[in-house]
Formats: sequence, C-alpha cells, structure tokens
Amino acid sequence: MDQSVKMYSLSTCGHCKATKKLLNESEIRYEFTDVDLLQGEERAAVVEEVRQWNPNLSFPTIIIGDHVIVGYREREIREALGL
Amino acid sequence: MNEVETLYEALKKAQEPKGYVFNKDKDRVYDLLDGLIVNKKRYGYMSCPCRLASGDREKDRDILCPCVYREADVKAYGSCYCNLYVSKEWNEGKLPHVHVPERRPTPL
Repeated sequence: MDQSVKMYSLSTCGHCKATKKLLNESEIRYEFTDVDLLQGEERAAVVEEVRQWNPNLSFPTIIIGDHVIVGYREREIREALGL
Repeated sequence: MNEVETLYEALKKAQEPKGYVFNKDKDRVYDLLDGLIVNKKRYGYMSCPCRLASGDREKDRDILCPCVYREADVKAYGSCYCNLYVSKEWNEGKLPHVHVPERRPTPL
C-alpha cells in the first residue's frame, strides 16, 4: 500500500482518537496534525490547508490517496485503505 | 473523585432531567470530558472538544458545551455531534449509530 495517509485532527476530539486508533491497529503509516495545538501563523496556514480539503473545517479530515473523508466513517476509511 | 469524575457527576445531574444522557461508552465520555477540561484551561470556557475553537468566547458561543446544535442532532440522530450526549434509545441500540454531520455553519 503506497498511498499516503494524512489526517487533520484535534487533540481533544473523540472521533479523531477513534480514527487514530483504527489506523494504529491496522498498522497504517500516516501523518497527522492536531490543529488545536498550533498557534499563530502556523495555525492560520494549516486551517487554510484544511479548508482546501474540507470547506466545513471539521475534524477529523482524512486524506487517503485521492479520497477525502470527513469524520470517523469507519467503513469508508477501511474501503479507501483497502482493509 | 478526580476532576473528570466530578465533572461527570455534575453534568449528569444537570442534563439527565432534560432528557440527555451520556453515551454508555464511559471511556469515550471520560475522554471527551477530559477534552472539555483541557479547553476550559486553554480558552477559559468549555468549548466543544470535537470542534476547533477560535479562542474568542463570543465567536464560540454556539459551541459552548452543551452546544446549541445538540437539541436538533439528538432529535435527528439520537446523538450530539460528539457522541457525548445521546438519547436513551441511542444507548439502547434502538437507533442506528450513524455519523452525525456537522450542523454548525462554517466559521469565518
């Protein structure tokens, strides 16, 4: 599986934790950014990045290859990952 | 009792009479309450742990927990956006546990 997996999350959000747990348990390599832990310009820049993928600016926003999945939608995440 | 347990008991007492119960998954609930405590310390108010707060209380007024969207979401889906507050039917499995879409208008 070569597709990249990237997630924008919040450190406090239950759906984000559930998504991280699923990815960890499935031994998927992924990058994540907890947007609530960022400040100032860095945060503003990342917020704009999230909006490009998900104009609603909600979390988690998960990018799996060409798929953008908003929220902990387990079935869709599994399908996109080929699990 | 630790801080999370104290908050759990206080909110339960306040919200159950209104018809809102906590998700029966207590680990999930404790995690979310911990998020509320983090936000209280970080921003000065308990904003929704599942949404990005602005840090401006006025702008975040609608997402102070319990948020203004809870009523409509529990009515429509049996659960708030976070899966923190739910209906008895949701807890009893009489309603499907579907993803609750974000109802909040996109913040500017």
